[in-house]
Amino acid sequence: MLIGIDLGSRAIKLVALADGAWRQSEAQESGFDPRRQALAMLEKYPASRVVATGYGRHLAQRHFASEAITEIKAHALGARHLFPECSTILDVGGQDCKVIRLDRAGRVVNFQMNDKCAAGTGRFLEIMAAILGYDLEEFGAAALSSRHETAINSMCAVFAESEVISMKNLGLPPADIARAVHLSVANRLAAMLNRAAPAGGPLVFSGGVAKNPCLVALLTQQTGSQVLVPPAPAMVGALGAALHALGGA
Amino acid sequence: MEQFEITAYPALWEGLGMEVARFEKSRQMLSEMYRKIYLSQLNRPAGMGYFDALMAEIFGGRIEEMLAVKRAGRPVVGTFCVYIPEEVVVAAGGVCVGLCGGSQGSIPDAEKVLPRNICPMVKSAYGFKAARICPYFQTVDFVYGETTCDAKKKTWELLDRLVPTHVMEIPQMKRERDKVLWLAEVRDFKAKVEAVAGAAITAGDLAAAIRLINDKRRALQRLARLRGVRPSPISGKDALLIEQIAFYDESGRFSRKLNELCDELEGRARAGGGVAEAAAPRVMVSGTPMALPNWKVHHLLETAGAVVVNEESCIGSRYFKDLIDEGPSRLDTQLAALTERYMRIDCSCFTPNDERVEQVLKEYRQSQAQGILHYSLQFCHTYNIEEIKIREACEREGIPYLAIESDYSPEDTGQLQTRIEAFLEQIREASC
Repeated sequence: MLIGIDLGSRAIKLVALADGAWRQSEAQESGFDPRRQALAMLEKYPASRVVATGYGRHLAQRHFASEAITEIKAHALGARHLFPECSTILDVGGQDCKVIRLDRAGRVVNFQMNDKCAAGTGRFLEIMAAILGYDLEEFGAAALSSRHETAINSMCAVFAESEVISMKNLGLPPADIARAVHLSVANRLAAMLNRAAPAGGPLVFSGGVAKNPCLVALLTQQTGSQVLVPPAPAMVGALGAALHALGGA
Repeated sequence: MEQFEITAYPALWEGLGMEVARFEKSRQMLSEMYRKIYLSQLNRPAGMGYFDALMAEIFGGRIEEMLAVKRAGRPVVGTFCVYIPEEVVVAAGGVCVGLCGGSQGSIPDAEKVLPRNICPMVKSAYGFKAARICPYFQTVDFVYGETTCDAKKKTWELLDRLVPTHVMEIPQMKRERDKVLWLAEVRDFKAKVEAVAGAAITAGDLAAAIRLINDKRRALQRLARLRGVRPSPISGKDALLIEQIAFYDESGRFSRKLNELCDELEGRARAGGGVAEAAAPRVMVSGTPMALPNWKVHHLLETAGAVVVNEESCIGSRYFKDLIDEGPSRLDTQLAALTERYMRIDCSCFTPNDERVEQVLKEYRQSQAQGILHYSLQFCHTYNIEEIKIREACEREGIPYLAIESDYSPEDTGQLQTRIEAFLEQIREASC
């Protein structure tokens, strides 16, 4: 089997290919010791070749992976495999978000990533959901149900928390506040998309945050593009790494 | 070379009124950093030995040389900008030196006074003086300040309380009346230097100084040309170090030693010897200056397998690309020629500044680079905004391009590493 493993900031994702086709996949929290966690996951598969990606790619390469590629390349490979026509990928993970633009041949021509802070990423949404007493699934659904039209202003989790608390104390319904948080994240992602990929065409939205229906709706609205979400959006990077293993095997 | 150590001069530091115990820690940290970043490199040219030795004396031997100049009644002037008319200081028998402003360590000292959200170089510099942990700051007669950006010009007012700071107004456009202003500023600066030296500068002095500094710039141009050879005979880190040391060393000696190194590199180039593997992606860095010991981006790039072949920056080609006409022999015509040369600097403080875009593309071709990394310090508004035009030009020309904005702290190393590796993947794919 060929294994792609994505050691992300919040979770480790693994995709196993056999005879060139998706055979199995799984995801686990990164935990305190991502190396041990990854090894425990790998134990279950008779791997002939392992390619690592994500924050922990170098750690993996030092210990068990035969090669490491960046998340940018891994997402490009994975998204292109799932949607051969795609030219733009938006990936929003636990601690970062990125926009990748591809040429016709599927090569990366340009990419943008968020700066130092994790504003607008999965972690930010998690914190905001917790303040409002939602779990992640409820959070997106609640935001989708609201018609509230103003975004929150702060993108820093600490400032945003104060802002959300003020809104609660103004008596705003939680669903409206959830909507306001989603709007601010969507605005930020749309701006990043515009900087990196002004070209049109369908947009592949990957990473765990792509499971959020409100963000999908808001991005469709704001970009005017068709937004394609893979069936397992968090696995796209691991899939790309596995495909790279296939190419190099 | 594993024994490399920056030499300690506690008695000298004490005499300069420095915070000796704290500075000793910086010395140890910098020694460690230098061993790790520089001496771990493979295949270094033998000629780098001189620059290693100069680094070892950067907190002592070189300071003593400057103090000797000062004792002889000659001016020692500190600076942060390539706009300083260095030739004028040299003509008065003095020394012009780049001041400390390139490390995170002094930023908390600055933030006791200055706002947090301003340029890290300005904060770092102010902190070095406020905390008395830069021997150069403690040695200078005065600091040359300029009005290239808002953070600098307002900080000079505060810095002046700690060390005399002479501010020159840099025009921000390049019309005739702006050149008139700049010439007047150069004359004022000359008068200031003469007052410190207690003697007038003659045309003969200035002619010799112009030749000396032109020679330094020519030697740096020669190094830049050699880096354009494929494969590059010297690492980007070593070349950056040389460009940084150009602001510290005595100019005549520096040019001689750099030319010796270039002779060696020419031999390497003839033999086809590269410092990295032949397939290593060649990257040009453009943007804000990297003051010693800011080696962060070059180290990340070269650790990831690239070789840096050019710096389009003030600590880089912007410092040495233009020479002063050596023809004029009267003071007024010499000063006019000097002014004309300095007005060709394509700093992003000018508007418009489209000649910089052309210059970036020209250096990209000359250095045979395969991609451009634009580096901007946080809160450097002029470079950060001008970056848009550089990016557009790269898109037009199909040049692989990455823009990063960073400061001196190591906290974003992980993210930068990912971006830089992805950028190198992009270059490798584009070239196969």
